[in-house]
Amino acid sequence: MKLYKRYLLLHIQTELEYKTSFLLTAIGQFLVSCNVFIGIYFMFQRFSTVKGYSFEECLFCFSLFLLSFSLAEMFFRGFDQFASMISNGEFDRILLRPKSLVLQVLGSKIEFTRIGRMLQALVMFVYVLLRQPIEWTILKACITVFMILGGTVLFAALFVLYATICFFTLEGLEIFNIFTDGAREFGKYPLAIYGKNILLFSTFLIPYACIQYYPFLYLTDHTTNVMVAFTPIAVLLFCIPVHLFWNYGIKHYQSKGS
Amino acid sequence: MIHVSRLSKSFKVYKREAGIYQAIHSFFQRKYERVDALDSISFDIPKGEIVGYIGPNGAGKSTTIKILSGILVPDEGECVINGYVPWKDRKEYVKKIGVVFGQRSQLWWDIPVIDSFHLLKDIYTIEPTIFQESLTELTALLDLKEILKMPTRQLSLGQRMRCEIAASLLHRPDILFLDEPTIGLDAVSKKAVRTFIKKINLEFQTTVILTTHDMQDIESLAQRIILIGKGRVLFDGTIPNLRDIVPDPKLSLEDVLVYLYQKLGI
Repeated sequence: MKLYKRYLLLHIQTELEYKTSFLLTAIGQFLVSCNVFIGIYFMFQRFSTVKGYSFEECLFCFSLFLLSFSLAEMFFRGFDQFASMISNGEFDRILLRPKSLVLQVLGSKIEFTRIGRMLQALVMFVYVLLRQPIEWTILKACITVFMILGGTVLFAALFVLYATICFFTLEGLEIFNIFTDGAREFGKYPLAIYGKNILLFSTFLIPYACIQYYPFLYLTDHTTNVMVAFTPIAVLLFCIPVHLFWNYGIKHYQSKGS
Repeated sequence: MIHVSRLSKSFKVYKREAGIYQAIHSFFQRKYERVDALDSISFDIPKGEIVGYIGPNGAGKSTTIKILSGILVPDEGECVINGYVPWKDRKEYVKKIGVVFGQRSQLWWDIPVIDSFHLLKDIYTIEPTIFQESLTELTALLDLKEILKMPTRQLSLGQRMRCEIAASLLHRPDILFLDEPTIGLDAVSKKAVRTFIKKINLEFQTTVILTTHDMQDIESLAQRIILIGKGRVLFDGTIPNLRDIVPDPKLSLEDVLVYLYQKLGI
């Protein structure tokens, strides 16, 4: 933890070196996500509901999804950019240090400019809260926190998965972005609107729905089954194979890499 | 101290001919061949020795360093250093070694050097008193006082290399691997680096394994030379020993190597 704090401070220090660049990138991130918000807004000007979900409900989904995504992107950027760490030898250096590899990869990149995207997510979230679509209880508030945390862990796990593939290909596979950036886009709406197959996929293969659709149903009183609210925990199950695959990837790298 | 026996390592190298047609072809069906980077390498190095590990480009020097420092796992052979198998006991083992890659930096680009050093203090969990002691020592020996507060990106190559070497010695390793530490340096900086390596070797009995293409490095530092080519050990001995195998005793060390490379066809 002490080491991670040191990494954090160093990254802040680095960002301070380039103030203008930091601000512009952060503003850019904010505006890009703002676009999506405007898109949703205008769509709901024409259609009052999408598959029975209201504007506020969709926006609520999107803001949580985006918040998770930007948190993961901020703190797990090292895995997102892993291909470059392998190709420039930075990963070799990490292997030479007497600390956990995951911790070092985490520490090597922290992307504070993602604060722009996060801000946009927060703006939407507050906007939704002000329009009062949800009758809040303590349990519901806890579930919201779990949704955000679960989402962050899920996206982080996807970044790790993506990084592990780099051990084998030695370069990033762009197609994998479907599951991260792509998912961020399709998380705008409750996942059920995309049909049964997508919902099955995002329940059992990559559990997006467990941090979005199912708890969302409970929050918006579409269901009263409390069990459904605890689905974010399923994300932890997803982490197990990812973790094993990562370890396997390191072994492969050490025995095959050059 | 360092025991290496019959170390072998081969890589898959993908082959393709030039041209777009071949590029498309190899996209679907890749041909590759196995290249032996190391082919049954053996040697022992006692504590406190400075060994020059030399050979032409592509001979397997970096591969050896990577295996000895635990980054890569060999296909065959054994390697025991300080009682550790480098790739098995990674975390414990790397506390005892320092590695400098001349072509790569381990310092953070945008922040003062001293901050990179403090990060290393946390990474290696160095006691504050010991850290302060090491830092004072290294600052004096490498003349770092003026440059510690400068960000890495503003340093000259010579200054940076001095900081790199200091960075890999903060935790007081028993063994120091130097992969081309003088590459691209001017005469003064080279000399500073050499003098320093000699000093720490004398003072702390640090074992040094040095790869370089600069024969002056070798002449002024190495008590022993290991020459490899095509993944095999071709010569292991002192500089006078090496001179004995060439006909003309007046050749410079550089020319001795050129003669050997050509004669052995490596």
